[in-house]
Amino acid sequence: MNLGLITPVFIIGILSATIRLATPILLTALGEVFTERSGILNLGLEGIMLMGALTGFLGAYWSGGNLWLGLLFALVTGIVFGLLMGFMSITAKVNQVVAGLGITILGTGLSTLFYRLAFGLRSQPPTIKIFPDIPIPLLSKIPGLGPILFTQNIMVYASLILTPIAWIILYRTSFGLAVRAVGESPDAVDTRGISVSRIRYLAIIIGGGLAGLGGAYLSIGNLGIFWTQMTAGSGFIAIAVVVFSRWDPFRSLVGALVFGFASALQLSLQTLKAPVPSELLLMLPYVITILVLIGVSRRAEFPAAFAVPYHRGEEK
Amino acid sequence: MATEIEQSTKPRYSFKHLWDQVFPALISIVIAVVIGGLLLLVNGRDPLAAYASLWSGAFGSFSRFTETLVRTTPFLILAISVSVSFRCEVWNIGAEGQFMLGAILSTWVALSFASLPIYLLFPLTFIAAFIGGAFWSGIAGALKAYLNANEVITTSMLNYIAIYLTAFLVNGPMKDPQGFNFPQSSLIESTLELPHLFPGTRLNVGFLIALALVLFAIFFWRSGLGFRTEIVGASRRVAKYAGLNVPRTILFVSILTGGLAGIAGWGEIFGIQYRLIQNIATGWGNLAIVIALLGELHPVGMVVSAFLFASMVVGGDAMQRNSGVPFALVDVIQGIVILLVLSRSYFFKRSPE
Repeated sequence: MNLGLITPVFIIGILSATIRLATPILLTALGEVFTERSGILNLGLEGIMLMGALTGFLGAYWSGGNLWLGLLFALVTGIVFGLLMGFMSITAKVNQVVAGLGITILGTGLSTLFYRLAFGLRSQPPTIKIFPDIPIPLLSKIPGLGPILFTQNIMVYASLILTPIAWIILYRTSFGLAVRAVGESPDAVDTRGISVSRIRYLAIIIGGGLAGLGGAYLSIGNLGIFWTQMTAGSGFIAIAVVVFSRWDPFRSLVGALVFGFASALQLSLQTLKAPVPSELLLMLPYVITILVLIGVSRRAEFPAAFAVPYHRGEEK
Repeated sequence: MATEIEQSTKPRYSFKHLWDQVFPALISIVIAVVIGGLLLLVNGRDPLAAYASLWSGAFGSFSRFTETLVRTTPFLILAISVSVSFRCEVWNIGAEGQFMLGAILSTWVALSFASLPIYLLFPLTFIAAFIGGAFWSGIAGALKAYLNANEVITTSMLNYIAIYLTAFLVNGPMKDPQGFNFPQSSLIESTLELPHLFPGTRLNVGFLIALALVLFAIFFWRSGLGFRTEIVGASRRVAKYAGLNVPRTILFVSILTGGLAGIAGWGEIFGIQYRLIQNIATGWGNLAIVIALLGELHPVGMVVSAFLFASMVVGGDAMQRNSGVPFALVDVIQGIVILLVLSRSYFFKRSPE
């Protein structure tokens, strides 16, 4: 192991990568905070992210590199799949765990099928140019902090800004109040004349749309290519982050950064030629997810109506 | 409360309403196949040619048909494994990882204790496979039972860890020294290979073991233990009032689920591969869930759905080779089937019982 490579530049590189790798999980987790607060567990996030990654890539590729069109595609795809999950859990009132698995299986299959139909099997995968890093004037010149926080691309900035916005919506708007109330006590909300279904649909649209964007970040915000199952469990990790965060946007940011750091550390240990086989290093983010769940699950207070479909006037 | 007990004690799966169960499942498959065909059509492919190639790939000759049965074997065992947890409402999605752990541990035993007499070594490999899978699933089960850690996430994470563990082993400690640097273990002793049922085919005794496990599952659900498991599945609250130990039951079903998945891994190694290699079960965990749900978690129903999906997988491989239509079509059909099967009570409103 070449410890001589551990220089300030190297450490800055790890921390900067931490933020980059946290972004898709943060985006997805922020949306899932709304979904779960409204009382729905969306285990389809993995599949929705994959669909977002694919449609984002296709939109950008077909338009000759228009990344914004890619993002629009991914957003719409995420919303459509969110609505599908919403239909299953809110309207058809089926078991949400299995419905979510179904969405994940469908998203995995569809994204692979469409990618193969569009590009066939190639030795060289098609690539696109990703969003460029935008150094923020002055701030990016701060030693250490500048390259880490203020030399990122637009999607990273947007997701960081979205965190307080999500918090404000959740805690300081009547919509946020309705979302939280629907998850805790749907009867009370119903008696006040607010539609439980409408609030839950809106919450899952937010969750689906953000998961679509989170997936698109992987393909057009970070790597510039798509590969089948490129999310590699990010959707499930995002759900773990939401449990860790106790359904709070700011703590979701912390959770996402933990996983971003685990992934960044794993990558840099590989470049350092650490005396640990790369296959074992690759396990790191997944092991940490389990450890985090062990740490937080017992104390976690889920929304009272979590994963329970709402039937009006149901006897208790 | 009274209705909860009634629900939990009512046999949930009976042959009386067989048609009621089979009809929606059948329609789901048909709709999924049609949607899959439409997807091909809008992409400028010929769906009829694709499905014809899929059909002949699965049933075109005796040897193709035996290949379909070869694939039915692990799918059926994995589906039975999944159904044990699902009937207890434990959403274990880690079949793929548990399968790999069973494969790893049984291969390791076969290679490390090759000098043991066959009548000792052979059963030992079987037990090792069960323990490997049970251990992997037991981790998630214990975390669920005693710490309330969401089993969907833990089993999914354990799948990824198992995939990298296999990659590590076949590139490192278990790598075949004479393997020309291929990522694979040495071959097991040929005396340990499962006997073939027909010469010239890959169909082996593993298929009969899968059928034996179907019988095991039928008896299990009729036993007191199976009954108690289902009560815990129907309502944790009722089970607690009835004096059942809910956490212990969750741990028990997790261990049984994992052990069965491990046996599926054993069957694949000792019946087909004869050595540990990577990616022998990619996507099979998801498939097992679809098969189990389409079969209504009933042992006999799962035989039918396992055979159905095995034919789609074997045929899908042939379809990809012969007509260039991506295999992922089969994955899409899986996803549509699972959603349709789930929402069947919404679409096919049955008369109230």
